Amino acid sequence: MKILTTPRLGRCIGCHSCSLACARLVHKRLSWDMAGIRIGSAGGLSTGFEARTCLACNPAPCATACPTGAYAQRRGGGVIVRKNLCIRCGLCAPACPVGAIYLDPTGEPFVCLHCGRCVPYCPHDCLEMKDVGPGSPESADLKEVSS
Amino acid sequence: MIRDYFRVLVVDLASGKGKVENLPGRDEVAGGSGLGALLFTKYGQVNSPWDAPEQPLIFAIGPLTGYFPLMSKTVAAFKSPYHDQYAESHAGGRSALALKFCDLDALVITGQASRPSALVIGSRHLELKDVSYLWGLDVYESGKMLRRMLKGSGHRSIMRIGPAGERRSPMAGINVDSYRHFGRLGGGGVMGAKNLKAVVFIGDGNFPLMEGKDYPKLFEAVHQKLTATDMMQKYHNLGTPVNVMVLNELKALPWRNLQATTDPEATGISGERFAEVALLRNHACAGCPVGCIHIGFSREKFHADYRYFYRQVSYDHEPIFAAGSMLGVTDCFAVLDLLDVTEQMGLDVMSAGVALAWATEALEKGVISENDTLLPLKFGHHEVYEEALRHLAYGVNDFYRLLAQGTLKAAAHYGGQDFACVLGQEMAGYATGEVFLASQALGFRHSHLDAAGYAYDQKHYDKDIGKALAFLEKDEASRAFLTSLVACLFARGVYTDELVAECLQVVGYQALADNMGAVARHIQKLRWQTRLATGFNPAGVTIPRRFTEITTFKGPLDAEYLRALKDAYARRILELGSPEPD
Repeated sequence: MKILTTPRLGRCIGCHSCSLACARLVHKRLSWDMAGIRIGSAGGLSTGFEARTCLACNPAPCATACPTGAYAQRRGGGVIVRKNLCIRCGLCAPACPVGAIYLDPTGEPFVCLHCGRCVPYCPHDCLEMKDVGPGSPESADLKEVSS
Repeated sequence: MIRDYFRVLVVDLASGKGKVENLPGRDEVAGGSGLGALLFTKYGQVNSPWDAPEQPLIFAIGPLTGYFPLMSKTVAAFKSPYHDQYAESHAGGRSALALKFCDLDALVITGQASRPSALVIGSRHLELKDVSYLWGLDVYESGKMLRRMLKGSGHRSIMRIGPAGERRSPMAGINVDSYRHFGRLGGGGVMGAKNLKAVVFIGDGNFPLMEGKDYPKLFEAVHQKLTATDMMQKYHNLGTPVNVMVLNELKALPWRNLQATTDPEATGISGERFAEVALLRNHACAGCPVGCIHIGFSREKFHADYRYFYRQVSYDHEPIFAAGSMLGVTDCFAVLDLLDVTEQMGLDVMSAGVALAWATEALEKGVISENDTLLPLKFGHHEVYEEALRHLAYGVNDFYRLLAQGTLKAAAHYGGQDFACVLGQEMAGYATGEVFLASQALGFRHSHLDAAGYAYDQKHYDKDIGKALAFLEKDEASRAFLTSLVACLFARGVYTDELVAECLQVVGYQALADNMGAVARHIQKLRWQTRLATGFNPAGVTIPRRFTEITTFKGPLDAEYLRALKDAYARRILELGSPEPD
């Protein structure tokens, strides 16, 4: 089971290629918000960049907060997302301690699925998929559904 | 959102209200440069002065903005305080993607705000904020305040002016996101005249993408070309400052007001030197994985007890030329100190550096006196230039106020026209030969990027006016199309006609893809028509004698060839901009 990590974010140049790739490939949108990883400046461009992305909590507070099971605990950390179960209540976003969940204007939440599709688009190799132990076939199937 | 029209927000600063207009013309002018000219034709007043409140300040993006890498630039269009004619200036930063995510193809700002204001735009937001308390603050301080006041960190673009812009200086630029600029031809002065301290795009919109796999597949191919091949290596590695040594060795780098074209001291301000001792890190425009922005630091010891503060300053070839070789400053940290002051003041560094280089030589020759300059300007003495930049921005006396209007205007008053390094505006950092000189003197933006005259000079040793002219005309049309998409011109080697056509097609602009050549020529013509209508007379452009006195890698410049080429190019521009079909 792998999770997305940002071990070399100090190298980030703020090109937003990761966010745009996530929106393009996972969510079929042109956006830098509708993405599981979003880049912000850490207090103005002169202080560098920070990534808002899921830290793969286990247990995940957002999954605990979700009243419908749209967000369910993922083995290895983070959440399995079943969009068809989401009622857009918005409870997941404030439950995330690091602000990793974006709610679009309709209330639809966007969070990292730890699929790794953003990783090859980073020109400075800031991102890395990290192995956190074996997953289960069941969770792998669910991830496929969610993405 | 793919539209066959332009969605334009027109804001009147006098009322603080805006109106969304859907304008036809996508298949005729594409966007960016073409859209800027189209919008100026609709909203601009060709016979009113640049600072008439009704004159528009236009920001335009293009049909590929955000959809592909390096489609990351914004075109600003306005009537220029420098020459009171229609003008364009281009910048990146986050401006292009943020405007795209405001769900707009262009923003048109008309009128004058009653109080110093910031215009804040989002996909569901329009606000004119009174920011009187920011008036007088420098570019850095203004940026800090605006960041704190407004939402959207990371996904917004903050464009602001400094003291030079507030004073309506023709040498004032618009700072974009700290490290990029709409630098040239006085866009900052236009904002100042409108009482507009800042324009902020909060990019909080989004769009559905095209169905199917063709688009992500093509994106991947473009991304690979831009990152996995060596096509962009120059920009990724040393960045544009790699040109410093290349041009110096070619005898094509202007030194000390173009009194020389090469100097062994170039090693102190080379791209290599900057990278080795002063480079802190790199930055990118949003949507560009190349990240050509190089950021160094300016450090100041303010107390004997080793107490310092520092600022981060972006550098490129042109600023290094303007604040370095042109002023005889040969230490990279001294150059960064000058760039730092220029940034604070909100000056266009190229105009300011070249103007001060002329002032230095004029002082040496006794054309002007220290009563005028207030400072003992001397090539290589960077401390006096720091103060001179502030004098220029604040317009502390008649001399600096006139100099800020343009070096040739000051020279017309004081004398010294022969050594004013002006090619339509203060020169760019290339002295490659006749084709470059004619190209910048007459080019639409008076920029070395209007057409690759500098590259033509390096590849052609014949003096064939017909061939040179054909090259300039064709290259200009091709670049005008790229800047209508709006591509970064650094990617011009990657975005071939074939690839651009594929990109337009996959996004859904089939008609544009099918007619690129005709659309490019139409944009070229529309831009010249607009420029000529506002008073440009290419036949009246002169090239000061200094340019004919230089020696490059080809030997002494051929003044007769230059004159003939300039005259022929001027005639061609008049034909290109004629009302009749070309």
